[in-house]
Amino acid sequence: MKTARPVHALAGLVASFATQAVAATGAQPERWQLNLTPGVTETAQRAYDMHMWMLWICVVIGIVVFGAMAVAIFRFRKSKGAVADKTFVHSTRLEVLWTVIPTLILVVMAVPATIKTIDAHDTRGHEMTVKIIGQQWLWTYEYVGEGVRFTSRLDRDSERIRQSGRVPTLDEHGAYLLDVDRPLVLPTDTKIRFIITADDVIHAWWVPALGWKSDAIPGIVNEQWTKILEPGIYRGQCAELCGKDHGFMPIVVEAVPREEFQMRLAAMRAELDTAARTAATTPAAAPQG
Amino acid sequence: MATHADTLNADHGHQQTFFQRWFLSTNHKDIGTLYLVFSLVMFLVGGAMALVIRAELFQPGLQLVDPAFFNQMTTMHALVMIFGAVMPAFVGLANWMIPLMVGAPDMALPRMNNWSFWILPFAFILLLMPLVLYFFGIGSGGPAAGWTLYPPLSLQGGTNVAFTIFAIHLMGISSIMGAINIIATILNMRAPGMDLLKMPIFVWTWLITAFLLIAVMPVLAGAVTMLLTDKFFGTSFFNAAGGGDPVLYQHVFWFFGHPEVYIMILPAFGIISEIIPTFSRKPLFGYQAMVYATASIAFLSFIVWAHHMFSVGMPLGAELYFMYATMLIAIPTGVKVFNWVTTMWRGSLTFETPMLFALGFVVMFTIGGFSGLMLAMVPANYQYHDTYFVVAHFHYVLVTGSVFGIMAGVYYWLPKWTGFMYDETLGKVHFWGSTFFVNLLFFPQHFLGLAGMPRRIPDYNVAFADFNMWSTVGGFGFGFMQLLFVYIVWKCARGGVKAEARSWEGARGLEWTVPSPAPHHTFTRPPVIRDEDLAHGDVTH
Repeated sequence: MKTARPVHALAGLVASFATQAVAATGAQPERWQLNLTPGVTETAQRAYDMHMWMLWICVVIGIVVFGAMAVAIFRFRKSKGAVADKTFVHSTRLEVLWTVIPTLILVVMAVPATIKTIDAHDTRGHEMTVKIIGQQWLWTYEYVGEGVRFTSRLDRDSERIRQSGRVPTLDEHGAYLLDVDRPLVLPTDTKIRFIITADDVIHAWWVPALGWKSDAIPGIVNEQWTKILEPGIYRGQCAELCGKDHGFMPIVVEAVPREEFQMRLAAMRAELDTAARTAATTPAAAPQG
Repeated sequence: MATHADTLNADHGHQQTFFQRWFLSTNHKDIGTLYLVFSLVMFLVGGAMALVIRAELFQPGLQLVDPAFFNQMTTMHALVMIFGAVMPAFVGLANWMIPLMVGAPDMALPRMNNWSFWILPFAFILLLMPLVLYFFGIGSGGPAAGWTLYPPLSLQGGTNVAFTIFAIHLMGISSIMGAINIIATILNMRAPGMDLLKMPIFVWTWLITAFLLIAVMPVLAGAVTMLLTDKFFGTSFFNAAGGGDPVLYQHVFWFFGHPEVYIMILPAFGIISEIIPTFSRKPLFGYQAMVYATASIAFLSFIVWAHHMFSVGMPLGAELYFMYATMLIAIPTGVKVFNWVTTMWRGSLTFETPMLFALGFVVMFTIGGFSGLMLAMVPANYQYHDTYFVVAHFHYVLVTGSVFGIMAGVYYWLPKWTGFMYDETLGKVHFWGSTFFVNLLFFPQHFLGLAGMPRRIPDYNVAFADFNMWSTVGGFGFGFMQLLFVYIVWKCARGGVKAEARSWEGARGLEWTVPSPAPHHTFTRPPVIRDEDLAHGDVTH
């Protein structure tokens, strides 16, 4: 993360440049990707660490158990003259051993998991709040207290390709189904609180690089938070089946430095004011979205 | 169905017409056969749906089906496989084997047995009808909200909601009656001397499973009934606008749903615990520990349900509790795996097809267990939940777990059912082919999930294309291997090498003391139980 600092300074105007610099942080999925990425938040780093910790413990247990099986399969074959030892059917010592050792392993897993879970729930000290509303099949975002609210839906290129029935390629559209008309712009190095709900059915807001997903449920307001450490464009998708276009309501977060964020917010407000004035003078205009 | 089964019991003493035998039967063996054949048909129907899913996902873009139909396929695939293939297969095995294993002449409640089977075909006609009508241009198709039927989405379905819910009610009634029958049989019909702690492990696992079924099927019935009244009678159990709570449904559903996943695996544990000792020529290691581990898993299954819901926004305390409780399941499950491996230790092993499936089960079920343990960890679950990582996880425990367990059992007991040995070479081809393709099918799905592919999407970013293509190739390969399985079973039913009463050298248990094929009526007088006939020796000493 430190190495990207020089890029950070340059990235003020060219967000895509920053995206390339942080490609390994899971901005968007890559071909042949095998694993989670550490992402660009502490939460994502925690998920990644937890995942790797569990993975390696499981690999070790697997080697021991499958290794013992393999030895048994090769050593105790009838075809190699093995004779069954019918008295070897019980051993209190072994059974105590293989109850106690797994229990200790579970403790070793539970301690970091508990610490990380408690951290994830701590929404204190946030500097701004963003409201996320899931709808069939788009997202509405609102910067709470800033008077800026807009919708974000699948981009036209993806829409065109999916309607065509063709097979898309990476060259044709690298962010196929992972791009939107208007991204959610967020400041970096800022503790942002999200309040998440839905209008119709249950959706789930998930950007892997941020490290969590949260269900958007009608009638219920969920709370989450993030603090993005690197500027960039981070892509995700709805992660709860929400009807026929569940696969077509992506999420794009554009993380920019704090100063730039204020400019972008002001620009959005101005744009929305203009749109509102236009709508007021021409009553027949289509509703937003 | 007819050709397969007519040869099963050529020497039975009754003169019955086809209709009498296969529709009015109260014989546990015939009903067991009906269950198994029904399950096989549903396995092929559900498998065909899976292949529609995999075909659409072969490449990015939308080529074959529209997203709404895709969602119907994912929903129906799960419902058919769970309620139509896996559960009836286990009930069929229980019907066939439990009376033979405990020395009973039949199930305790034979007429109810007939009824509990014959509900099923009608339940599945109801379940599948909206989909079938859709092909004739009537209605909007089957349910498309996922097998979990989460509201409010499930309530957006049309009349198919009612079809699905009534089908689930019928399946529930069938399962509860089946479970009552199994409990009554095991507790009341054991031959003298067959003490509870001398019973084969398969009987034990089914006894415990039956209690799980009786406990949770009514809960599912309640949950879907509330859906029904919300949809058609204006109630608001799950409607936030009317003061209800959509998350309540998830709690109630998973209070059923988690024990349900153990309903689908505990009998498989039982089958594996019969097969590994047989082909190791050695009694099961740690018999009593196996019984207690099964009971512990069953108990824990009731108190872990919300680990399916870590992303709904639970309080910290609840998330920690459900994480710890879920992790605890690893301990009794570990005990089982260690006992199986130790049963093989100092054995005299041979590797006939049932043993191959049993060993494949132990390895691949354990892989599914590992990913299950990873999923239990809340901080990582925020990333895994509702991705292909979860899809990979539950297919490892359900396909290479439950389904491999069922197939192991079918190969193991086929000689007892048909009186003939199956074709061993073809059986081995079936095992190795299935194992190769099933791993090609599901292992890459771990990678897809970790890279960020959500489940239940009909189309995806091009970065996910490569592993999806592998997965589809594996899916079709696995699917076609099962046609070989159908052929092997059919061929075995038609004839072959005559099977001895004790079809496997190392087989123990009362079922191997009756001739092969098992006569239409067995143990009309209680057998005298000798210790060497017991499946696991006399463990009480």
